[in-house]
Amino acid sequence: MKFAFYPGCVARGAGPELFDSAVAVMEKLGIEWVELTGASCTGAGVLQEKDQKLGDVLNIRTLAMAEQLGLPVMTICSTCQGVMAQADRRVRRNADYLEEINGYLAEEGLYYSGNTTVKHLLWVLVEDIGVETLKKTFVKELSGVKLAPFYGCYIVRPSDALGFDENPARQTSLETVIEAVGGNVIDFPGKTACCGFPILLINQRNSLRMVANHTGTASELGADAMVTPCPLCHLNLDGYQPKARRQNNRGKADLPIIHLPQLLGLAMGIDSKTLGLNKHLVNTRDIIRKVDSIPTP
Amino acid sequence: MQAKLKVSRYDPETMGRGQQRWDEFVLDVHPNATVLDALIQIREEVDGTLALRCACRASICGSCGMRVNGDAKLVCKTRIADIGEEGATIIVEPMGNQAIIKDLVVTLDTFFDKVRQIDPYLRADTVPEQGEYVASDESMVNLLTAMNCIMCGACVSDCTVLEVDEAFIGPAALAKAWRFVEDPRDDQRDTRLEELNDVEGGIWDCTRCFKCVEVCPKDVAPMDRIMEMRDMAIEAGNTNTSGYRHTESFNKSVKKHGRLDEARLAVESAGYTNIPRLIDLAEIGVKSVLKGKMPPIVPHKADEKEKITRIFEKVESERGS
Repeated sequence: MKFAFYPGCVARGAGPELFDSAVAVMEKLGIEWVELTGASCTGAGVLQEKDQKLGDVLNIRTLAMAEQLGLPVMTICSTCQGVMAQADRRVRRNADYLEEINGYLAEEGLYYSGNTTVKHLLWVLVEDIGVETLKKTFVKELSGVKLAPFYGCYIVRPSDALGFDENPARQTSLETVIEAVGGNVIDFPGKTACCGFPILLINQRNSLRMVANHTGTASELGADAMVTPCPLCHLNLDGYQPKARRQNNRGKADLPIIHLPQLLGLAMGIDSKTLGLNKHLVNTRDIIRKVDSIPTP
Repeated sequence: MQAKLKVSRYDPETMGRGQQRWDEFVLDVHPNATVLDALIQIREEVDGTLALRCACRASICGSCGMRVNGDAKLVCKTRIADIGEEGATIIVEPMGNQAIIKDLVVTLDTFFDKVRQIDPYLRADTVPEQGEYVASDESMVNLLTAMNCIMCGACVSDCTVLEVDEAFIGPAALAKAWRFVEDPRDDQRDTRLEELNDVEGGIWDCTRCFKCVEVCPKDVAPMDRIMEMRDMAIEAGNTNTSGYRHTESFNKSVKKHGRLDEARLAVESAGYTNIPRLIDLAEIGVKSVLKGKMPPIVPHKADEKEKITRIFEKVESERGS
């Protein structure tokens, strides 16, 4: 199983622990990958506010690069997943528009004909690898570990760009993975809501209210940690959790926010340092201890 | 076909504000029954005290907005057979972000207050010389997206910003504002954009979560309308906002490096003269450095950044011309 790997800006910038843990986990999963180092940022919806076509050219360029390699794209960022899927949907629905976009890529010798797909690692786990095979890569069962899922907006909406009709399992993929590692799912209404990151630099008060609500609710429901496939959510829910909970009286900032590959890594027995769990702003000591105390059979 | 419904109940005469009770009903319904059909069946055959609002039963009037399994929907447009597996419990609640009057009925007062806030009237103060206002077909077709709004309140119900900030004008009213900004007969376009740009809870407070796009039963896509107004407001010269600086900085970074320069984006969005915000950012910055994960001062660049820059220049020059 081989992918054109698109880690996204955060995994390559402010969240290096996501990249490192993903690489460690992909090795255990037997996933081969080539990083699309020449690809641009997806625009994260921000570039698209100003100029949707420009965003579409950049994202179709990324897909064309993967198509040239004959590989499907895999990402580890919910936002990148959504933004690339939206661009892909727009050109697939309009052949004239696709030709117009391809016009900008001709200079580089790139052409997109729609012969590739974009898949988040989360979907690869449940669709390409499968829960049973996935479980074989685990060395311990995280039984008793209570985990709250947090998807990130762009991997759940707009649903018609995300292939939910053809692949309904995607809608509950994060819960599926939490159950596969043996954890207990802490269900809460905020799991598909917004983390507030897109307005962090515009309206911090509102952004932090969102962080406080989601992390506060999950903590009150007894979660040991929150798991997210979105590094942007991670930046806000981890980095700003102390301030958010203090400002909004939602208790101590005690909810570790775990990247999806870090969760897999813990079940695979990869050590916490390799997974970069020491790089979080909310201390992950308790969850590491809890996992360490589970004996390896 | 059997249907199982779990319905949220609230009676203001016997319960305190914020309280809620769950009633479960199991019914035999027609295979094509909608959630509204089932609710009416409950009211007529099982419990006459169930309060719900509905009128046309054909998704035109916008009266029957409710939450079904957590998402706002017109219940007259939602077939039981289309939600979940047969026999699975369907959870019906009143819409969110609006005060409950009884059971499934919410007040629409705040909804219409917000709509009034954006001055929902055509302001055409200059009478054209030919004596009538001429609007092209294209300009009217353009308005159809927003004019499809039936004011059901589904987008307001599920808006993630309204959940934390009552001052946000919200998706429905902002889509309505777009309708007047885009109307060629209106001559207050710039004033409207300036107001929407400056006011508390205006266009820059949307968090782009796609909830309103997802739940709108009429494809109004309020979020897309808000994003268009951000660009229009900038074009009209409204540039003294963090939102503008954020967009500009993001563009500049991707254009130059092919990637996002997170550290610079944070500083530039705050503005170089916004000292309290910069101190706040520095605090997070120092903590991140101590954890060994600060965004690199020299940003991570795409290998082919020159090619990316060239795409920017090409698209931008066409846009400008």
